This record gives sequence, structure tokens and C-alpha cells, in this order.
Amino acid sequence: MRTLRRKLIRDLAMLRGQVTAIAIVIAAGVMTLVMLVTSLDAIRLSKDRFYEEFNFAHVFVDLKRAPERVAERVREIEGVSLLQTQVQSPVRLEVPGFDDPVRGQVLSIPDGRQPDLNQLHLREGSLPESGRNDQVLLSEPFAEAHGLQVGDNLTAIINGRLKTLSVSGVALSPEFIYQLGPGDLLPDYERFGVLWMNRRALAASLDMDGAFNRLALSLQSGVPVEPMIEAVDGILAPYGGLGAYDREDQLSHRFLSQELDQLRMSATILPTIFLGVAAFLLNVLMARIINTQRQQVAVLKAFGYGNGAIGWYYGLLTGLIVLIGCVFGVVLGGWAASGLAGVYMEYFRFPAMSFRLQPRVILLGVAIAGAAAGLGTFRAVSRAARLPPAQAMRPPAPETYHQTALERSVLWRWLSQPSRIIIRNLSRHRLKAAFSVLGISLSGALILVGSFQFNAVDHLIDTQYRLVQKADTNIYFSEPVAPGVKASLLNQPGVTAVETFRDVATRLTHGHREYRTAIQGMDASRRLRGLIDTAYRDITLPGEGLLLTAYLAEHLGVEPGDTVDVEVMEGQRRTLSVPVAGTVNEPIGMGAYMERRALNRLLREGPAVTGAWLLTDQSREQALFDRLWDMPLVTSVGMIRESRTSIRRYIEDTMLFMMGFMLLLAGSIAFAVLYNNARIAFAERARELATLRVLGFTRTEVAWILIGEIGLLTLLSIPVGWGLGTALAWLLNQSISMDLFRVPFVITHQTYAFAAAGVVLAATLSLLFVARRLYRLNMIDALKTAE
Amino acid sequence: MEEVGVSSRVVFSTRGVTKVYAMGEMEIHALRGVDLDLYAGELSVMLGASGSGKSTLLNILGGLDSATDGRVMYGDQNLVRASDRVLTAFRRDHVGFVFQFYNLISSLTARENVSIVTEISRNPMTPEEALAMVGLEERMDHFPSQLSGGEQQRVAIARAIAKRPDVLLCDEPTGALDSKTGVRVLEALEHVNRELGTTTVVITHNAVIGEMAERVIQLSDGQVASVHVNQRRAAPGELHW
Repeated sequence: MRTLRRKLIRDLAMLRGQVTAIAIVIAAGVMTLVMLVTSLDAIRLSKDRFYEEFNFAHVFVDLKRAPERVAERVREIEGVSLLQTQVQSPVRLEVPGFDDPVRGQVLSIPDGRQPDLNQLHLREGSLPESGRNDQVLLSEPFAEAHGLQVGDNLTAIINGRLKTLSVSGVALSPEFIYQLGPGDLLPDYERFGVLWMNRRALAASLDMDGAFNRLALSLQSGVPVEPMIEAVDGILAPYGGLGAYDREDQLSHRFLSQELDQLRMSATILPTIFLGVAAFLLNVLMARIINTQRQQVAVLKAFGYGNGAIGWYYGLLTGLIVLIGCVFGVVLGGWAASGLAGVYMEYFRFPAMSFRLQPRVILLGVAIAGAAAGLGTFRAVSRAARLPPAQAMRPPAPETYHQTALERSVLWRWLSQPSRIIIRNLSRHRLKAAFSVLGISLSGALILVGSFQFNAVDHLIDTQYRLVQKADTNIYFSEPVAPGVKASLLNQPGVTAVETFRDVATRLTHGHREYRTAIQGMDASRRLRGLIDTAYRDITLPGEGLLLTAYLAEHLGVEPGDTVDVEVMEGQRRTLSVPVAGTVNEPIGMGAYMERRALNRLLREGPAVTGAWLLTDQSREQALFDRLWDMPLVTSVGMIRESRTSIRRYIEDTMLFMMGFMLLLAGSIAFAVLYNNARIAFAERARELATLRVLGFTRTEVAWILIGEIGLLTLLSIPVGWGLGTALAWLLNQSISMDLFRVPFVITHQTYAFAAAGVVLAATLSLLFVARRLYRLNMIDALKTAE
Repeated sequence: MEEVGVSSRVVFSTRGVTKVYAMGEMEIHALRGVDLDLYAGELSVMLGASGSGKSTLLNILGGLDSATDGRVMYGDQNLVRASDRVLTAFRRDHVGFVFQFYNLISSLTARENVSIVTEISRNPMTPEEALAMVGLEERMDHFPSQLSGGEQQRVAIARAIAKRPDVLLCDEPTGALDSKTGVRVLEALEHVNRELGTTTVVITHNAVIGEMAERVIQLSDGQVASVHVNQRRAAPGELHW
């Protein structure tokens, strides 16, 4: 056995090209699994730790104003564990050296100490000193974005009063892991910040002494959340309660869970695709490598080695290859996971990323790779071992060929003998050729899966910002105003067009499904806000009824003609039944739309609007923002250009970052598959190729047979790969849609061309590698060997 | 037997040909100074034990291998240190090979196995003619797997001669065949040599085959040990082993 072990090492060294290629396939599969599952685990673990260690609340409620004693009634509800009241307010901020409008949310903390719930993780400095009314804690990403340090000052307009605040510290909160401004979909750390102040100081500024307008509570374990929400709403409704909600509807938590859901889907689907393809390829490749060693198997048997020893030998060979692949896969996967988790840390702010490699995941990857490789090895070894030893010593009987259907065609007569060799070889080994085509197709399919989202994202952004959001700027008012505001907005510097809308916060319910979103009332004739159908055509806004984003309609389980219950989260908080008139095809967000006057009627109010879309002259933007910011009515100014950039950056950072890895892996797999195909085709044909060389064929003419065969297989694979890739991409696309955005299932011509080019490139590179061997082909040796 | 087509024109002339193989740290002297002339149209048999250097010499004559030193003149062309391109062209234009293991392309029919050569030759006969010369006109559309060993070897001969080569080099052409089939193959070789006047060299370790040659060249230890001219050539049919 010692000699066999030595042979093992030598075989590995001799087959190093093919071993490397197979190891790449394994590594790619395992890496995908480790990378995605590890990042998922890291984010989930970090989230859970943060929630637990910093007492993230279970139920939240905003209200207009309630005296502190009302909180005692809430505290007495059966099942409440901890309770925290707060005052809070939107603020406008001025940061030295930053000209764009900055919005903020300021929240109170008990004077000089941590709150009982939603505690803060101090990153720098300290809590505001007790009794100080000018100290403030900043959320870390906001402080970072502006380079604000402990001791720096900034100005805030709280309740219409200008106040200079000094930074006492920088903190993170479990409530703002995903730090989002009102109405935003993505964090903008420069233009939105969260601040915490001493309760007494903030209450004084807001005229909220002895009162609160925000309440959070945690539940004793096992207490159901629904009855608690009802009970809390019952107590707080008279105080302008806007409806209690649980973590599911807490903004940061909701986005985080959705991202985790999406990552979980990716972590299931992508490794399944990659490991599945890798397993298939591994099976085929191992079987082929061992087939080329048939003679050696026979010789070993002739020497008296039993099938057991031979099985052990090849088992070990396979095991080593799997091991090499897995080690690389785990190491690279861990490395990529830390990269991916790092990217998520930019958007989801945790005190620390808890990072661990899970043995379970590694074992799963190793087991799948091992099983696939083992199966291929087993098939091939048992076939080789069945061969009587003497057969390997004899010259091989010529393989059986038959005329193919093609040969009766006219075309056949035009084919040169080398071309006939190619075609007969492929048609003789149809199953093998089919497996090769399938293998190459799968690698092409992976390239397509890895790349289609890049073009699809362009499509998404284009749809959203060319067909839906056509304004440059949107502004929100602090309260409903008459539509006449349009005229005064038109007079602002650089404004070329204005359209107004009425936004109202609602909870939409259908059966047991519900969703909190704003209904946006807009004019029937608009230019700045498109509503489009699935064919990207403009939809006419009906005079009555709701238009829902298709994804929202699906979420609620409603179709046009159904009615949804609309709970209005302002004023009287009435619940109304509203028919669904249709759906709109928006790739970003989950919105509901109505004709504005119909919405006003529904709300039993006169003509009123809460915001406007503007078309502006970019060169006068600064002047415009200054003017808007001076209008007390305006609470928010949003630059659509900014949101376009930030959503693109977000998708690129998270999804496309991941897909970039996938693409790299897909490319490696394509190369590995084609290289092995070429190597094995070369090994199988060496004798014939040598014969042709002897007969006077030049190297180029002989190479053509190999090139032609691989080329033909590659060409056949491309359309199959397109088909498979499209199916896999559809599968992936189905699994990753969320509230924030839905990547359309669009595969552009460029994507198809890219996938094909990837495969062709891999084939070309492989052939170049093999051409080196062809060049060194020793005619005499090749002719002497029986096989 | 009548002597046909033999002239005194020298086709191949080797002088002081040596061939050294490096086998790891060992050097194997396969040829140690071979001086030999081969005449146009003659059928010679090269005999020698295994390791005597006969295959090496044949490979060098056929441009499959190059000599380490010495001169291998084909006409006025020296094959020693010729480039791969020159050797490929030489094989393509002048040499026909027949091997012990036939080396047919299994995916091509008999006719196509011949066509593969005629397609790249300057003045070939048709594949049908070539196959007729070896008595296989009836089996032209059979694949190698449908032919017996002797038939496969005859296809190989047809393939070798279809280009009308100047020399036909045969390496143990009957080595893998029983004697009866072997005789048929030798008859085909003899027929071709007689009809086309192709200079033919057959190497074998089977001394009996020497009886059909005009000259028998004995190699041993990498050198020409003796050259024997047969006064009477036996017909292949008279040979037994």
C-alpha cells in the first residue's frame, strides 16, 4: 500500500491541471454556501444580541400628547414587562459646512441615564449630563457622515426655536439599526440624523412637560402581541394615539427582517444552484478522469490488487481533491462573508458584527461535494474494475461507429474527413456529449444567473426614475394645506413646474393581512409622477378607488374589484372600506394611490395637500433649498437625484456585491468544466491525433479536430445554457422581492451575449492550455501505447 | 520470381546516424552510427531483435523522429535537424506508414480513412483505387470495428499508398496478426510494391518475412550488422511461421 500511496501523490501531481479545475468547482460551490450562510448568520446573530442586550421593545406607539399618568394605566395591562415613555419631535438641523437641508428626529432619554427600553450603545463620549439642556447624543452614522466629534456644535430648530447643541456622545440604538428618515426607503446619513436629549430639556422645548408623545413597552415572555396592541390603543386613542404596532411594523426592524429574508432566500437558492451544478460536474469529471486511468486499474488488478484496494485508492484520490476544494471554499467563503457582512454593516448599524464559522455549514458543503465526487468515482472505478486485466494489455478494439442520419444529407459530402471525425465522435458518444453539453450549459447558466441582475437593476432604476419619479425634488408640509400653495411654490427660484399631492398614513387590511403605508392622492392629469402598468404604459387614475402597487396587492391578497379596509392613522382614525380599482407596476416601494379629490372626500376634508413634486433648474437649487427651508410649513425637502443614487448604491453594495462573487465563481466553474472537457477529449484522442500527425497533418490541422469538437460542444451549449440560466434566474428572481424594491425579471440581450461570451472565453482559454500539450504530443509514444 | 522496378538510384542514404535518448539520468544509445542506402523501388526487410534500433531507424527515416547526429539524406534533403514544418511536409508528400496496431481512425469508414490522406495529397489515387489494390473494394463503407484485423491492416496499407508515396515504411505490419492473415497483408504489400514501384521497408523480428525481400538488413545493437541480398525472393504465399 505504501507504493499506492506514493502513486496517489504522483497522480495528484500529474493530474494537477484537472485536479485544480475540479477543486475550483468544489471550492466555488462550498464558497457560495459558506459565504451566504455565514453572512446571514452574522447579521442575525448581531441583531439578536443587540436586541437582547439593549432591551429592544416589543410594542411601539406614537401619539399626540398624553399626561404621564396615562402611562401608568398602560403599565397595568396584564403582560407588560417594561415601559418607557418619551417625547420626540422632527427637527431641522444645520450642520456647519453642509448646505443641503438636513432633517432629524430628536428623542428624549431620562435625564442622565439610559432608558429602560431601546437602550443606547455608546460609541464615544457620554450621555448628556443630568440637568444640561444643550447636550445631545448623535447617532453614529450621522456623526460619521459629517465628521462630528464629541464637543462639536450643531444647530437645531426644535418646535420653531433655534437651539445650539453640543455633542456629548455618539451612540447606536436597536430602534435605528436601519436609520431611515420619514418617507425614505434608504438611509441618507448626511441628510437625516437621530438625536437624543435629556427628557426635561426636550420636553421644555416641545411644551411637553409632564406629558409624553411616544411610548414603548416590552412583553413578558409568552404574552401575545395582538391583544396588547388593542389594549394599548384602547387607552391611548383619546390622546391622539396613532395606533400601536409591534416589531413587524417597526421601520428598522421591518427592513432588517426583509433583508434577512432576502439573504436567507439567496442563501438557500444560490448555494443550491451552485452546489447542485458543482455536484453534477464533479460527478461527471471524476468519472471521466478515472476512465482515462482504466488501463492503470487493469494493470493494478493484474498485479493482484483487489477491487477493495483499487476502490480505496481512488476513494482517497477523490477525497483529497474534495478536501483541497473544501479548504479553499471554506477559507474563501469565510473571507467573502466578512466582506459581505462588512457591506451590510454600512446599512445596518450594529455595535459589533458577531462572526462565526458554523461547522454545520462546512460539514454540509463537504458532505455534498464528497457525495457527488464519490458517486462519480464509484461509477467509474467499478466500471474500470470490471474490465478483465488482460484487456488493457491488448490494443483497443476499434470503437463501433455507424452512419448517422446526417450522412445521408447533401451537407455530409461537403465535410472534410476531420469534420466527419468530429461529428462521428460526438454522435457515437451521445450520452457523453450530452453530459458535456449539459455541463458547459450549466456553467453558462451560472454566468447568466450571476450577471442578469446587473442589467436588470439598470432596468429597475430606469423604470423608476424615467417613468415613475419624474420630478427633481419632493417636499412635504407639516400639515394639510390648500392646493393653492402651488402658486407660491411656482414663484420660488428655479422652479419650473409644481404638482401637489395629499399623503395620508394608513393601515390597509384585507382579511388577516395588513400593511402600513401611505395613500397618496394625486391629480388625474400629472406630468411629474407616473403610474404604469406591466407594459410600462401610463395608467389613467380612476375617479374613485385605490390603485395598489402590484406587490402590495399580492401581499394583501386583493385583486381589482375587491375592497380593502383603510384605517386612517390621523385625525379621527376612522376605518373605511375602499374598493381596489387596479394595480400599478412599480419596482420600488409599496404604495397606494388615489385621485386626490376622492381622497379628500374620503377623509371628509376640503381640498387639501401635504406635499409637492417640483421640476427645478439645477443651477438654482441652492437658492431654492434655502428659501424652502425658511418656510415653516416645509418639514422635508427630498432630492430625487439623491435617492436615485442611493438606491443604486444600496443595490450595488448588497445584491450586486454578492452577485459579483457569484459571477466570478461562475466564470471559474465555466473554465474548470471546459478545461476538463478539453483535457479529457485530448487524452481520448491523443492516439488518433498522433496518427494524423504521422500521416502528414500539421499541428494546426490536427488541433482543428480538438477545437472543432470542443467548439461544437460549446456552441450547442450556449442556447441550452441560455434556457437553463433563464429558468434559474427566474427562480432566483421570484425568491428575492421585498418591500424596498423588486428587481424586474428582465434578461437583456447584453446578458445573453455576456453569458455566451463567458463560455466562449472559457473554451478558448482551455483550448490554449490544451494546445500546449498538443504541441508537445509525441507521435511515437502515442502510437506505441495501446490505449 | 522476376525482379521488377529495382534500380540503383538511392532514395535514402544514412551516414553515421546516431540516436541517444535521455531516460532520466540514463542515456540510451538506440543507434550507434548507421550507414545504409535504400534504393528506389526495392522491397527490403529490416530484421532485428527488440532493442536493436530498427523502429528508431524507421521513425527517423519517416520523419517521425530526428537523429542525434549523422546525416539522413532523402534525395538531396537532409532530414537531420529539419524543422517540424519540414518534417510534416515530408511525411505528407513522400512517406506512407503502416503500423503494427493499424492506427485507423475508428470514427471513419475504410474509404474515409483513405480519403483523409488523399484530401491532403498532391497527386493521390482515389480511395477506391487504393482499396482495390489491397482487395477491399467490397468493404469500403465499413467502419474499422466491422473489419477483421487483417482487413484493418490492409486499409492501413491502402491509406499509406493512396498518396502514391515515394517510400512505404511498415513497422511490424503483421505483428498483431495470425500467420494466415499476415500472409494476406504481406501479399498486399508485395502487390503494391510491384505495381507502383514504391520503395518499401518492412521491419520485423520475424526472420521468415525476410525471404520475400530483395535485401535483408540485419540490425543489432544500433548498428547494421549485415546486409543480405536474396538471390530468389519467395512469394508471400510461400511463407510460413
